[in-house]
Amino acid sequence: MSSEEKRIRVLIAKPGLDGHDRGAKVVARALRDAGMEVIYTGLRQTPEMIAEAALEEDVDVVGLSILSGAHMTLLPRTVELLRRMGMDDVLVVAGGIIPDEDVPALQAAGISRVFGPGTPTEEIIAYIREAVSARRPS
Amino acid sequence: MFDAEWLEAIRQAAEAWEREVLAPGLKRAPERRDEFVTVSGMPVARLYTPLDLADHDYLRDLGFPGAFPFTRGLHPTMYRGQLWTMRMFAGYGTAEESNARYRFLLEHGETGLSVAFDFPTLYGYDTDDPEAEGEFGKCGVAVSSLADMETLFDGIPVDRITTSMTINGPAAVIWAMYIVAAERRGIPMHALGGTIQNDILKEYIAQKSWIFPPEPSLRLIVDTIEFGAQHLPRWNPISISGYHIREAGATATQELAYTLADGFTYVEACLRRGLDIDSFARRLSFFFNAHSDFFEEIAKYRAARRIWARAMRERYGARNPRSWWLRFHTQTAGCTLTAQQPENNVVRVALQALAAVLGGTQSLHTNSMDEALALPSEEAVRLALRTQQIIAEETGVTNSVDPLGGSYLVEALTDRLEEEAERIFREIDALGGVIPAIERGYFQRAIAESAYRYQREIDTARRRVVGVNCYQSAEPLRIPLLRIDPKGEERQRERLARLRRERDSAAVSRALEALRAAAQGSENLMPYILDAVRAYATLGEICRTLRGVFGEYREPSLW
Repeated sequence: MSSEEKRIRVLIAKPGLDGHDRGAKVVARALRDAGMEVIYTGLRQTPEMIAEAALEEDVDVVGLSILSGAHMTLLPRTVELLRRMGMDDVLVVAGGIIPDEDVPALQAAGISRVFGPGTPTEEIIAYIREAVSARRPS
Repeated sequence: MFDAEWLEAIRQAAEAWEREVLAPGLKRAPERRDEFVTVSGMPVARLYTPLDLADHDYLRDLGFPGAFPFTRGLHPTMYRGQLWTMRMFAGYGTAEESNARYRFLLEHGETGLSVAFDFPTLYGYDTDDPEAEGEFGKCGVAVSSLADMETLFDGIPVDRITTSMTINGPAAVIWAMYIVAAERRGIPMHALGGTIQNDILKEYIAQKSWIFPPEPSLRLIVDTIEFGAQHLPRWNPISISGYHIREAGATATQELAYTLADGFTYVEACLRRGLDIDSFARRLSFFFNAHSDFFEEIAKYRAARRIWARAMRERYGARNPRSWWLRFHTQTAGCTLTAQQPENNVVRVALQALAAVLGGTQSLHTNSMDEALALPSEEAVRLALRTQQIIAEETGVTNSVDPLGGSYLVEALTDRLEEEAERIFREIDALGGVIPAIERGYFQRAIAESAYRYQREIDTARRRVVGVNCYQSAEPLRIPLLRIDPKGEERQRERLARLRRERDSAAVSRALEALRAAAQGSENLMPYILDAVRAYATLGEICRTLRGVFGEYREPSLW
């Protein structure tokens, strides 16, 4: 099977205590409708729970949704755990209420892309497709 | 509403108009779309006339303000007598920082307080709990103990100003802290006025900040309602909320119906406890969203008052007219704020706030333009408050009661929303009521569906959002954002550690043990919670005690 034919597997996760799950659910459905396999963790996940779920589900992408403002603590920790557990090639993206000025630090910590409010779901889908195919060995 | 002969004359005139005026007009200039719908997807006709109100009965369906069924407003003079309460939802970081924000807002003409708590507080965790990591002070103020509550309201005249607190799972505990903080200043509880949100059903449905499972949660809520009815006659022990349901993606009709269905569920829980309807119903309060579809929102508030009044009088047999009142707070729709061209949000908020006022709100929060980016800065929040003041002082909309009453469009929409709500009530009843419907994911699925549809409409530009999918600007606009003092968490942790060292720990243990024993029985828990708070037991300790007895809610993650 060529890499294009293998369906992209995505874990959508809500780290921390944040209960705002509208965006996470909308993105999960949009990715599924775009042909990806999507697992949604539900609310109140610790970085450890997210990393374990990513490993267990053998995903290509982890999408972290956070609107609580705790992103500077929880997002880098999640990436660190993923890498420590050997998931070096898993693409990590984030979305939510994240001020622009925090984005460079998150990118340095391994979050490939931060999608702010108002991002069309097509843009997220296109980015994930491209980034995953670039990461997969041809 | 109109006699048959006159209606027939209008019908004939309308047909002639369609033939002779409308049809040629459409031929010359076709309409911009095939179908016009509200934000919620409800079809809207080109024109409304008396024909749309053929079955309307003025006395039955509208009546007079201050009289049943209150469609036109709760008070006979509405804003001619008293303006709505300008109540800005605020809170971040430490109790000191939030206290400063409250004083700032009061100085600028705010007339009621509204407290936002941080996530750990909303879940009943102290700042130093491992679960709280990274969340301190981010979405609101951290209140872990009576000491924080005392600081939060330091110097604020709580006997003269009402305070609304957005707290649900641990509402009884936070309320107890507010009561005891006032008590320490010599203000008796019966003098306190305000609101605790305390609406757990909409947490399961939409906002998702819960602690306990439904049954013990309802018990705690009925405890607070009963305690309030006995000791705090000016307090609203619950604010039955559609706001968060709407923010999670629901339509106007879903917001209306789900909220009122939640209200009925609380009423029935109180009746099961044996409370007399007229002993508590007058202190039930509501909280709605003000979204962007102007007339749909106005119709929603009017329909809500009418449905509630009818249900309270006819279904639940309330005799005191105050029990028929649906009093409500409104907040403009956070989900309509855009990160793109944030200054446009000022305009959105002004229009949404105007809808709330035309709908007869009792109290109003206007969002700040920067809230799609961060918590609001001082400048942004002042502008949001000024928006309300301009509506109140300059536009003249406060001069007459229910100025849109009698509008063919508004009355037809009000009727339509009521009918739709009744249809949804029947669906919920068929599932066995609100709690079984939550357990089966009925609300969660319907809301996720509506949210997805809304986003698809934006993505495909069927729904146009200025600055997002039309009229975009190349250059992003930068506005100054609020930054929370990074040292605050450290100070809060130190204060908490000192509190744990200095308090009488034997008294804390005794109070918590008494609470545990009472929770295992069926007594009202408020007196026990008050005693624990007086002993400076922390929020986390009290909630841990109750978690030990009640367990925790776990959500089925449906999407």
